[in-house]
Amino acid sequence: MTSNESGDGTKNKPASRSGSTSGHSLEVGNRTDESPKRYAIEVKSLSKRYGEIEAVKEVSFRVDQGEVFAFLGPNGAGKTTTIRMLCTLSKPTGGTAEVDGFDVLRQPNAVRRHIGLVFQEPTLDQQLTAEENLRFHAVLYRVPRHQVEERIDRVLKLVDLQARRKDLVSTFSGGMARRLEIARGMLHTPAILFLDEPTIGLDPQTRALMWEDVLRLRSEEGVTIFLTTHYMDEAEYADRIAIIDHGSIVALDSPNNLKKMVGSDTVELVTADNKLVGANLEQHGYNIKVGEDNVTVFVENGEEQVTQIIAHAQVAISSVRVHRPDLDDVFLHFTGREIREGHAERAFPMHFMAFRR
Amino acid sequence: MTTTNISARPARLVDEHNYVRHELRTIQMVWRREIIRFLRARTRILSSFVQPILFLFVLGYGMTTLVGTTGGFDFKKFVFPGIVSMAVVTTAIFSAISIVWDREFGFLREMLVAPVNRGSLVLGKALGGTTIATLQGTIMLVLAPLIGVHLTPLLVVEVILLEALMAFGLTTFGVFVASRIQKMEGFQVVMQLVLFPMIFLSGALFPLDGLPSWLAFITRIHPLTYAVDPLRHVVFAVQNMPPAAAARFATGVTIFGHLLPLWSEIGIVIAFAMIFLVLAISGFGRPD
Ligand SMILES: Nc1ncnc2c1ncn2[C@@H]1O[C@H](COP(=O)(O)OP(=O)(O)OP(=O)(O)O)[C@@H](O)[C@H]1O
Ligand SMILES: [Mg+2]
Repeated sequence: MTSNESGDGTKNKPASRSGSTSGHSLEVGNRTDESPKRYAIEVKSLSKRYGEIEAVKEVSFRVDQGEVFAFLGPNGAGKTTTIRMLCTLSKPTGGTAEVDGFDVLRQPNAVRRHIGLVFQEPTLDQQLTAEENLRFHAVLYRVPRHQVEERIDRVLKLVDLQARRKDLVSTFSGGMARRLEIARGMLHTPAILFLDEPTIGLDPQTRALMWEDVLRLRSEEGVTIFLTTHYMDEAEYADRIAIIDHGSIVALDSPNNLKKMVGSDTVELVTADNKLVGANLEQHGYNIKVGEDNVTVFVENGEEQVTQIIAHAQVAISSVRVHRPDLDDVFLHFTGREIREGHAERAFPMHFMAFRR
Repeated sequence: MTTTNISARPARLVDEHNYVRHELRTIQMVWRREIIRFLRARTRILSSFVQPILFLFVLGYGMTTLVGTTGGFDFKKFVFPGIVSMAVVTTAIFSAISIVWDREFGFLREMLVAPVNRGSLVLGKALGGTTIATLQGTIMLVLAPLIGVHLTPLLVVEVILLEALMAFGLTTFGVFVASRIQKMEGFQVVMQLVLFPMIFLSGALFPLDGLPSWLAFITRIHPLTYAVDPLRHVVFAVQNMPPAAAARFATGVTIFGHLLPLWSEIGIVIAFAMIFLVLAISGFGRPD
């Protein structure tokens, strides 16, 4: 029942992963998937139902090793519920999920040893110092004694908090506390780091810093990152985005491809005679739409073609606007709604959030 | 872009072997955190002395005038082990509040999702509370000379051991209650409600014989009685009490006219501590 490396299976794995294969305790530690291509996360028709509410509906996706994968969706979309199932904190009511090759239902302990998790709500001990919080975590996650100090140094450096290591967390700003949590999630060298809304309630500068941290983790520690967010601009940092709404994935691709799916760039012209401009541009083969007080031109690359369009218009132009679809448009396109509804309440400082449950 | 060089990942630093050592390390770490937090909460340390001292002097002196002195032994001396117990009980029970606090501030989650045995977390917590409560009770001993209670080195050791046992039983009880209660206010209300009846009905503040039968019955089924009595027994054993005083302030619990031996009292306390420990661990079952 204890360590059961089947030998043959482990040889197929990339060298760097070999250290993490030996399972133990009472649970079968072998990965269920031994095929050459192994995903960091593989989810098939995963569902979660809370009574009448279907929080997650038959969601399927795969995350590659070393990928930064973002779940983008509004409040109540099912992001946290999905993370909780992947981290074995809540049992799926349907479907299967494998995390780092371990089944979340059959091998929950193995899963939890191979992941790092940063919750949506803060979970630091305010009365301990940064260092003490990390040391506590190191013990719970079995970092060998002689490596604890080295590892603490390293993760504090990754999030640039070395100078504050001896300070009580209660003296930290919300952003610092959040970054300490990310450092803590990385302390035990997880294969996959789950970040539930890592930038919640932070100002734009701190959010940018946080993203630097996250991308540095990926490049320096090779960790796979699964995160949720409802900030459009930061989903751009991800390699791929899954847009989730009402518990279902409505689109999944790289940020660029998603934007392409939404449509082309648009050039909006306000002119002295919109009808005439429309006619002139149509003659040159442009795809246009004449509106009440403007003309919209649909083109592949708005910024490059705008001068040519103006030349072809042959009428005095009072204003030009080039618009490239952004993720807001993507979200609108796939869900029929704007994502930016009522997020004011999320801008809580950290210590208030501690009381939310 | 998704094929970032995975080889950059450091070798996993997870000590996958030696399950027992790992759990022991966990227990020790949880214990250490309790102690660190306790030492940082100065006001809590002070406030938990106030009540027992108040009881010792107000109740002790007040009752002494009423009860009088028997062969040089007065009520102050009689009640002293009870007051020490009171300090232990109060501190032990309220030490479990840190769990409710941890729940409120999210840290409980950090512990509960970790790949460790729940039992180790509960045991670490309970041992932390036990250490703190034992410490508080032992510090009360400095008042002993003030009211004329003799101390010997052996007695101090015995008292510490009995305090630790009492504290462990009550901390596990506290942790059990905390595991079922979500809100801070709820925990405080429940504990305030049970704390005083618990102390009063344990015979910490009055002798156990000659009680009306209903009260005798309650004290006999109350587990704390069996933790307080041994403490009083070892303290009185070195006080050179004249026979009259020893008869007046008798120790020992009699059931159906049968005097329970000391070891059986201790056995009862251990049994209750174990029951609450199991209940406390099961109280932290997995969510969902
Ligand atoms: N424990 C629970 N019991 C009942 N319903 C729940 C529970 N947890 C989540 N839900 C419901 O499931 C749905 C999805 O919730 P979830 O927390 O996953 O959303 P989210 O995408 O994380 O939202 P947010 O951006 O607000 O964090 C919501 O309708 C929520 O009310
Ligand atoms: Mg959420």
